[in-house]
Amino acid sequence: MNLRSPLSHVLGSGSAKDGTEHFWGQRLSALALLVLGLWFVIALWRIESLQYLDLIHWLRLPFNSVSLIFLCLTLAYHSKLGIQVIVEDYVGGAFIKVTAIILSNFAHLFVALAAVFSILKIAFGAQE
Amino acid sequence: MAEFRLPPNSRIKKGNHYAAPASASSVRRFAVYRYDPDSGENPRIDTYEVDMATCGPMVLDALIKIKNEIDPTLTFRRSCREGICGSCAMNIDGGNTLACTVASSDINGDVKIYPLPHMPVVKDLVPDLTNFYAQYASIKPWLQSRTPAPPDRERLQSKEDQEKIDEPAACILCACCSTSCPSYWWNSDRYLGPAALLAAYRWLVDSRDEATGERLDDLEDPFRLYRCHTIMNCTQTCPKGLNPARAIAETKKLLVERRH
Repeated sequence: MNLRSPLSHVLGSGSAKDGTEHFWGQRLSALALLVLGLWFVIALWRIESLQYLDLIHWLRLPFNSVSLIFLCLTLAYHSKLGIQVIVEDYVGGAFIKVTAIILSNFAHLFVALAAVFSILKIAFGAQE
Repeated sequence: MAEFRLPPNSRIKKGNHYAAPASASSVRRFAVYRYDPDSGENPRIDTYEVDMATCGPMVLDALIKIKNEIDPTLTFRRSCREGICGSCAMNIDGGNTLACTVASSDINGDVKIYPLPHMPVVKDLVPDLTNFYAQYASIKPWLQSRTPAPPDRERLQSKEDQEKIDEPAACILCACCSTSCPSYWWNSDRYLGPAALLAAYRWLVDSRDEATGERLDDLEDPFRLYRCHTIMNCTQTCPKGLNPARAIAETKKLLVERRH
Protein backbone atom coordinates (compact mmCIF):
# COMPACT_ATOMS: atom_id res chain seq x y z
CA MET A 1 0.00 0.00 0.00
CA ASN A 2 1.40 3.35 -1.03
CA LEU A 3 0.64 6.10 1.41
CA ARG A 4 2.43 8.89 -0.43
CA SER A 5 0.12 11.71 -1.44
CA PRO A 6 -0.63 12.21 -5.16
CA LEU A 7 1.10 15.61 -5.00
CA SER A 8 4.23 14.01 -3.56
CA HIS A 9 4.25 11.58 -6.51
CA VAL A 10 3.98 14.43 -9.01
CA LEU A 11 6.63 16.59 -7.32
CA GLY A 12 8.99 13.61 -7.17
CA SER A 13 12.64 14.65 -6.95
CA GLY A 14 11.89 18.09 -8.34
CA SER A 15 12.83 19.66 -11.63
CA ALA A 16 16.03 18.54 -13.37
CA LYS A 17 16.57 22.19 -14.50
CA ASP A 18 17.53 20.71 -17.84
CA GLY A 19 16.05 20.12 -21.26
CA THR A 20 16.22 23.59 -22.77
CA GLU A 21 19.65 22.97 -24.28
CA HIS A 22 18.37 19.71 -25.77
CA PHE A 23 15.28 21.46 -27.16
CA TRP A 24 17.25 24.38 -28.61
CA GLY A 25 19.99 22.11 -29.97
CA GLN A 26 17.43 19.99 -31.78
CA ARG A 27 15.85 23.05 -33.44
CA LEU A 28 19.17 24.63 -34.39
CA SER A 29 20.60 21.39 -35.77
CA ALA A 30 17.39 20.82 -37.75
CA LEU A 31 17.81 24.25 -39.31
CA ALA A 32 21.48 23.60 -40.06
CA LEU A 33 20.59 20.23 -41.61
CA LEU A 34 18.07 21.92 -43.88
CA VAL A 35 20.76 24.25 -45.26
CA LEU A 36 23.55 21.64 -45.35
CA GLY A 37 21.28 18.98 -46.81
CA LEU A 38 20.20 21.32 -49.60
CA TRP A 39 23.83 22.21 -50.28
CA PHE A 40 24.79 18.52 -50.42
CA VAL A 41 22.01 17.55 -52.83
CA ILE A 42 22.61 20.53 -55.11
CA ALA A 43 26.38 20.03 -55.02
CA LEU A 44 26.09 16.36 -55.99
CA TRP A 45 23.61 17.24 -58.68
CA ARG A 46 25.99 19.79 -60.19
CA ILE A 47 29.00 17.46 -60.34
CA GLU A 48 29.55 16.65 -63.94
CA SER A 49 30.44 13.03 -63.36
CA LEU A 50 29.90 10.71 -60.42
CA GLN A 51 32.94 8.61 -61.26
CA TYR A 52 35.22 7.60 -58.39
CA LEU A 53 38.07 9.96 -59.27
CA ASP A 54 35.75 12.89 -59.94
CA LEU A 55 34.14 12.47 -56.53
CA ILE A 56 37.57 12.24 -54.85
CA HIS A 57 38.56 15.43 -56.60
CA TRP A 58 35.34 17.13 -55.49
CA LEU A 59 35.80 15.99 -51.91
CA ARG A 60 39.36 17.33 -51.78
CA LEU A 61 38.22 20.90 -52.32
CA PRO A 62 38.53 22.45 -48.83
CA PHE A 63 35.05 24.01 -48.82
CA ASN A 64 33.48 20.67 -49.73
CA SER A 65 35.47 18.70 -47.13
CA VAL A 66 34.64 21.14 -44.33
CA SER A 67 30.97 21.38 -45.32
CA LEU A 68 30.64 17.60 -45.48
CA ILE A 69 32.27 17.22 -42.04
CA PHE A 70 29.86 19.88 -40.77
CA LEU A 71 26.94 17.93 -42.28
CA CYS A 72 28.07 14.61 -40.76
CA LEU A 73 28.60 16.10 -37.29
CA THR A 74 25.27 17.94 -37.36
CA LEU A 75 23.50 14.80 -38.57
CA ALA A 76 25.04 12.71 -35.78
CA TYR A 77 24.21 15.36 -33.15
CA HIS A 78 20.61 15.72 -34.35
CA SER A 79 20.15 11.95 -34.48
CA LYS A 80 21.62 11.53 -30.99
CA LEU A 81 19.12 14.06 -29.61
CA GLY A 82 16.22 12.43 -31.46
CA ILE A 83 17.05 8.88 -30.41
CA GLN A 84 17.35 10.06 -26.80
CA VAL A 85 13.80 11.47 -26.96
CA ILE A 86 12.44 8.23 -28.42
CA VAL A 87 14.15 6.16 -25.71
CA GLU A 88 12.88 8.47 -22.97
CA ASP A 89 9.37 8.32 -24.45
CA TYR A 90 9.03 4.58 -24.84
CA VAL A 91 11.57 2.79 -22.64
CA GLY A 92 10.67 2.37 -18.99
CA GLY A 93 12.92 1.32 -16.14
CA ALA A 94 15.81 3.59 -15.20
CA PHE A 95 18.57 1.04 -15.86
CA ILE A 96 17.50 0.05 -19.38
CA LYS A 97 16.68 3.64 -20.26
CA VAL A 98 19.99 5.11 -19.11
CA THR A 99 21.97 2.21 -20.62
CA ALA A 100 20.20 2.63 -23.98
CA ILE A 101 20.90 6.38 -24.01
CA ILE A 102 24.59 5.88 -23.12
CA LEU A 103 25.02 3.20 -25.80
CA SER A 104 23.24 5.39 -28.37
CA ASN A 105 25.47 8.37 -27.49
CA PHE A 106 28.65 6.32 -27.93
CA ALA A 107 27.36 4.80 -31.17
CA HIS A 108 26.61 8.26 -32.56
CA LEU A 109 30.03 9.52 -31.47
CA PHE A 110 31.68 6.53 -33.14
CA VAL A 111 29.82 7.04 -36.41
CA ALA A 112 30.55 10.78 -36.38
CA LEU A 113 34.27 10.19 -35.75
CA ALA A 114 34.42 7.52 -38.45
CA ALA A 115 32.78 9.91 -40.93
CA VAL A 116 35.20 12.73 -40.09
CA PHE A 117 38.17 10.35 -40.30
CA SER A 118 37.03 9.07 -43.70
CA ILE A 119 36.54 12.54 -45.13
CA LEU A 120 39.92 13.72 -43.81
CA LYS A 121 41.62 10.59 -45.13
CA ILE A 122 40.31 11.33 -48.60
CA ALA A 123 40.98 15.07 -48.29
CA PHE A 124 44.58 14.61 -47.15
CA GLY A 125 45.15 11.30 -48.92
CA ALA A 126 47.93 10.57 -51.39
CA GLN A 127 47.41 11.54 -54.98
CA GLU A 128 45.61 8.93 -57.00
CA MET B 1 7.42 1.16 -20.66
CA ALA B 2 4.82 2.34 -23.14
CA GLU B 3 1.95 -0.11 -23.48
CA PHE B 4 0.48 -0.56 -26.93
CA ARG B 5 -2.22 -3.08 -26.02
CA LEU B 6 -4.70 -3.05 -23.18
CA PRO B 7 -4.00 -5.49 -20.35
CA PRO B 8 -6.18 -8.67 -20.61
CA ASN B 9 -8.62 -7.53 -17.92
CA SER B 10 -9.19 -4.22 -19.72
CA ARG B 11 -10.05 -5.59 -23.14
CA ILE B 12 -13.56 -4.67 -24.19
CA LYS B 13 -16.26 -7.30 -24.74
CA LYS B 14 -19.69 -7.15 -26.34
CA GLY B 15 -22.35 -6.06 -23.86
CA ASN B 16 -26.11 -5.85 -23.49
CA HIS B 17 -28.54 -4.41 -26.00
CA TYR B 18 -31.49 -2.32 -24.85
CA ALA B 19 -34.05 -2.02 -27.65
CA ALA B 20 -36.25 1.05 -28.03
CA PRO B 21 -39.95 0.73 -27.16
CA ALA B 22 -42.20 -0.06 -30.11
CA SER B 23 -43.80 3.37 -29.86
CA ALA B 24 -40.46 5.15 -30.49
CA SER B 25 -40.54 7.35 -33.59
CA SER B 26 -36.96 8.55 -33.97
CA VAL B 27 -34.49 5.93 -32.72
CA ARG B 28 -30.80 6.56 -32.23
CA ARG B 29 -28.26 4.01 -31.00
CA PHE B 30 -25.76 4.89 -28.27
CA ALA B 31 -22.83 2.50 -27.74
CA VAL B 32 -21.52 3.13 -24.24
CA TYR B 33 -18.44 1.77 -22.46
CA ARG B 34 -19.38 -0.01 -19.25
CA TYR B 35 -16.99 -1.14 -16.56
CA ASP B 36 -17.55 -2.07 -12.94
CA PRO B 37 -14.32 -2.93 -11.14
CA ASP B 38 -16.27 -4.57 -8.28
CA SER B 39 -17.79 -7.15 -10.64
CA GLY B 40 -14.40 -8.55 -11.68
CA GLU B 41 -15.62 -8.67 -15.28
CA ASN B 42 -14.00 -7.12 -18.34
CA PRO B 43 -15.35 -3.85 -19.71
CA ARG B 44 -18.16 -4.15 -22.25
CA ILE B 45 -20.01 -1.99 -24.74
CA ASP B 46 -23.74 -1.73 -24.06
CA THR B 47 -25.96 -0.39 -26.81
CA TYR B 48 -29.02 1.66 -25.96
CA GLU B 49 -31.70 2.63 -28.43
CA VAL B 50 -33.05 6.03 -27.47
CA ASP B 51 -36.16 7.71 -28.81
CA MET B 52 -34.83 11.12 -29.81
CA ALA B 53 -38.38 12.49 -30.12
CA THR B 54 -38.55 12.55 -26.33
CA CYS B 55 -34.87 13.36 -25.67
CA GLY B 56 -32.93 16.64 -25.46
CA PRO B 57 -30.52 17.47 -28.26
CA MET B 58 -27.17 16.98 -26.55
CA VAL B 59 -25.31 13.72 -25.91
CA LEU B 60 -25.55 14.45 -22.19
CA ASP B 61 -29.33 14.66 -22.50
CA ALA B 62 -29.31 11.17 -24.00
CA LEU B 63 -27.05 9.82 -21.23
CA ILE B 64 -29.35 11.30 -18.58
CA LYS B 65 -32.36 9.80 -20.36
CA ILE B 66 -30.67 6.39 -20.47
CA LYS B 67 -29.87 6.58 -16.75
CA ASN B 68 -33.37 7.79 -15.81
CA GLU B 69 -35.43 5.57 -18.04
CA ILE B 70 -33.43 2.61 -19.32
CA ASP B 71 -30.48 1.65 -17.12
CA PRO B 72 -29.98 3.36 -13.75
CA THR B 73 -26.61 1.61 -13.25
CA LEU B 74 -24.93 3.74 -15.95
CA THR B 75 -22.42 6.01 -14.20
CA PHE B 76 -21.05 9.32 -15.43
CA ARG B 77 -20.16 12.75 -14.07
CA ARG B 78 -22.19 15.81 -14.98
CA SER B 79 -23.15 19.07 -13.39
CA CYS B 80 -23.67 22.39 -15.17
CA ARG B 81 -24.83 21.05 -18.56
CA GLU B 82 -23.52 24.20 -20.28
CA GLY B 83 -19.77 23.67 -20.82
CA ILE B 84 -18.56 25.47 -17.72
CA CYS B 85 -17.83 22.81 -15.11
CA GLY B 86 -15.97 20.27 -17.26
CA SER B 87 -17.49 17.33 -15.39
CA CYS B 88 -18.97 15.50 -18.38
CA ALA B 89 -15.68 15.26 -20.34
CA MET B 90 -15.59 11.95 -22.19
CA ASN B 91 -14.59 10.43 -25.50
CA ILE B 92 -17.49 10.83 -27.92
CA ASP B 93 -17.32 9.68 -31.54
CA GLY B 94 -13.55 9.26 -31.24
CA GLY B 95 -12.72 12.65 -29.77
CA ASN B 96 -12.49 14.02 -26.25
CA THR B 97 -15.15 16.60 -25.58
CA LEU B 98 -17.94 17.64 -23.23
CA ALA B 99 -21.12 15.59 -23.54
CA CYS B 100 -23.18 18.68 -22.76
CA THR B 101 -21.90 20.73 -25.70
CA VAL B 102 -22.07 18.07 -28.43
CA ALA B 103 -25.36 17.55 -30.24
CA SER B 104 -26.29 13.94 -30.98
CA SER B 105 -27.44 15.07 -34.43
CA ASP B 106 -23.90 16.21 -35.30
CA ILE B 107 -22.63 12.62 -35.07
CA ASN B 108 -22.97 10.18 -37.94
CA GLY B 109 -24.06 6.61 -37.20
CA ASP B 110 -24.04 5.15 -33.71
CA VAL B 111 -22.96 7.53 -30.96
CA LYS B 112 -19.91 5.84 -29.41
CA ILE B 113 -19.12 6.98 -25.89
CA TYR B 114 -16.00 6.00 -23.92
CA PRO B 115 -14.32 7.46 -20.84
CA LEU B 116 -11.35 9.80 -21.33
CA PRO B 117 -8.53 7.67 -22.81
CA HIS B 118 -5.64 6.09 -20.95
CA MET B 119 -6.87 6.93 -17.45
CA PRO B 120 -7.76 4.46 -14.71
CA VAL B 121 -11.53 3.97 -14.77
CA VAL B 122 -13.45 4.28 -11.50
CA LYS B 123 -16.69 3.09 -13.11
CA ASP B 124 -18.21 3.32 -16.62
CA LEU B 125 -17.51 6.84 -17.90
CA VAL B 126 -15.83 8.11 -14.72
CA PRO B 127 -12.03 8.31 -14.95
CA ASP B 128 -9.74 8.66 -11.95
CA LEU B 129 -8.37 12.21 -12.19
CA THR B 130 -6.32 12.13 -8.96
CA ASN B 131 -2.98 12.43 -10.75
CA PHE B 132 -4.36 15.10 -13.10
CA TYR B 133 -5.48 17.28 -10.19
CA ALA B 134 -2.19 16.73 -8.33
CA GLN B 135 -0.35 17.92 -11.45
CA TYR B 136 -2.49 21.04 -11.49
CA ALA B 137 -1.74 21.63 -7.80
CA SER B 138 1.99 21.14 -8.43
CA ILE B 139 2.28 24.23 -10.65
CA LYS B 140 1.08 26.42 -7.73
CA PRO B 141 -1.96 27.87 -9.47
CA TRP B 142 -2.19 31.02 -7.41
CA LEU B 143 -0.67 34.50 -7.44
CA GLN B 144 2.79 34.64 -5.88
CA SER B 145 4.05 38.08 -5.05
CA ARG B 146 6.59 39.54 -2.62
CA THR B 147 5.24 43.07 -3.02
CA PRO B 148 2.31 43.47 -0.64
CA ALA B 149 -1.02 44.34 -2.24
CA PRO B 150 -2.01 48.03 -1.91
CA PRO B 151 -4.04 48.40 1.29
CA ASP B 152 -6.84 50.32 -0.37
CA ARG B 153 -7.41 48.55 -3.70
CA GLU B 154 -6.65 45.56 -5.92
CA ARG B 155 -3.34 44.95 -7.69
CA LEU B 156 -3.67 46.91 -10.90
CA GLN B 157 -3.18 45.40 -14.32
CA SER B 158 -3.30 47.06 -17.74
CA LYS B 159 -5.91 46.01 -20.26
CA GLU B 160 -3.18 44.57 -22.51
CA ASP B 161 -1.72 42.51 -19.65
CA GLN B 162 -5.16 41.26 -18.70
CA GLU B 163 -5.79 40.12 -22.25
CA LYS B 164 -2.69 37.90 -22.07
CA ILE B 165 -4.29 35.78 -19.36
CA ASP B 166 -7.81 35.91 -20.75
CA GLU B 167 -7.50 32.77 -22.83
CA PRO B 168 -5.40 30.50 -20.57
CA ALA B 169 -7.56 31.49 -17.59
CA ALA B 170 -10.63 30.19 -19.43
CA CYS B 171 -9.51 26.58 -18.95
CA ILE B 172 -12.13 24.54 -17.10
CA LEU B 173 -9.80 21.61 -16.25
CA CYS B 174 -11.98 19.06 -18.01
CA ALA B 175 -8.83 16.99 -18.87
CA CYS B 176 -9.86 16.55 -22.53
CA CYS B 177 -6.50 17.91 -23.72
CA SER B 178 -4.18 15.98 -21.42
CA THR B 179 -5.94 12.68 -22.05
CA SER B 180 -5.80 13.20 -25.83
CA CYS B 181 -2.00 13.57 -25.76
CA PRO B 182 0.02 10.43 -26.65
CA SER B 183 2.97 11.81 -24.72
CA TYR B 184 0.72 12.06 -21.67
CA TRP B 185 -0.53 8.51 -22.25
CA TRP B 186 3.02 7.14 -22.13
CA ASN B 187 4.49 9.36 -19.43
CA SER B 188 1.70 10.87 -17.33
CA ASP B 189 3.64 9.99 -14.19
CA ARG B 190 6.27 12.62 -15.06
CA TYR B 191 4.94 14.76 -17.92
CA LEU B 192 2.60 17.46 -16.57
CA GLY B 193 0.38 17.41 -19.64
CA PRO B 194 -1.18 20.28 -21.61
CA ALA B 195 -3.80 21.28 -19.03
CA ALA B 196 -1.32 21.80 -16.18
CA LEU B 197 1.14 23.50 -18.55
CA LEU B 198 -1.58 25.84 -19.84
CA ALA B 199 -2.39 26.70 -16.22
CA ALA B 200 1.33 27.27 -15.52
CA TYR B 201 1.52 29.59 -18.55
CA ARG B 202 -1.49 31.54 -17.26
CA TRP B 203 0.64 32.48 -14.20
CA LEU B 204 3.87 32.95 -16.17
CA VAL B 205 2.30 35.75 -18.20
CA ASP B 206 0.37 37.32 -15.34
CA SER B 207 1.89 40.80 -14.93
CA ARG B 208 1.05 40.78 -11.19
CA ASP B 209 2.93 37.56 -10.45
CA GLU B 210 6.50 37.83 -9.16
CA ALA B 211 7.50 34.17 -9.27
CA THR B 212 8.11 33.81 -13.02
CA GLY B 213 11.71 32.69 -12.48
CA GLU B 214 10.80 30.06 -9.89
CA ARG B 215 7.91 28.86 -12.03
CA LEU B 216 10.20 28.47 -15.06
CA ASP B 217 12.79 26.69 -12.86
CA ASP B 218 10.14 24.20 -11.78
CA LEU B 219 9.03 23.55 -15.37
CA GLU B 220 12.51 23.23 -16.89
CA ASP B 221 12.68 19.47 -16.98
CA PRO B 222 13.01 16.88 -19.77
CA PHE B 223 9.79 15.24 -18.62
CA ARG B 224 7.62 17.86 -16.92
CA LEU B 225 7.65 20.21 -19.93
CA TYR B 226 9.77 18.83 -22.74
CA ARG B 227 7.78 15.62 -23.25
CA CYS B 228 5.54 17.87 -25.35
CA HIS B 229 6.41 17.02 -28.95
CA THR B 230 3.97 19.52 -30.49
CA ILE B 231 1.53 16.80 -31.53
CA MET B 232 -1.27 19.39 -31.09
CA ASN B 233 -4.04 16.93 -30.17
CA CYS B 234 -4.63 19.17 -27.14
CA THR B 235 -5.51 22.22 -29.22
CA GLN B 236 -7.48 20.11 -31.68
CA THR B 237 -9.69 18.60 -28.98
CA CYS B 238 -10.16 21.46 -26.47
CA PRO B 239 -13.94 21.91 -26.13
CA LYS B 240 -13.40 25.53 -25.07
CA GLY B 241 -11.35 26.37 -28.17
CA LEU B 242 -8.19 27.13 -26.17
CA ASN B 243 -4.65 26.57 -27.42
CA PRO B 244 -2.50 24.67 -24.87
CA ALA B 245 0.05 23.82 -27.60
CA ARG B 246 0.78 27.51 -28.16
CA ALA B 247 1.07 28.10 -24.39
CA ILE B 248 3.61 25.27 -24.15
CA ALA B 249 5.57 26.63 -27.14
CA GLU B 250 5.60 30.09 -25.53
CA THR B 251 6.86 28.58 -22.27
CA LYS B 252 9.71 26.86 -24.14
CA LYS B 253 10.46 30.21 -25.80
CA LEU B 254 10.66 31.93 -22.40
CA LEU B 255 13.13 29.27 -21.24
CA VAL B 256 15.32 29.75 -24.33
CA GLU B 257 15.16 33.54 -24.09
CA ARG B 258 16.30 33.68 -20.49
CA ARG B 259 19.51 31.83 -21.42
CA HIS B 260 20.63 34.49 -23.91
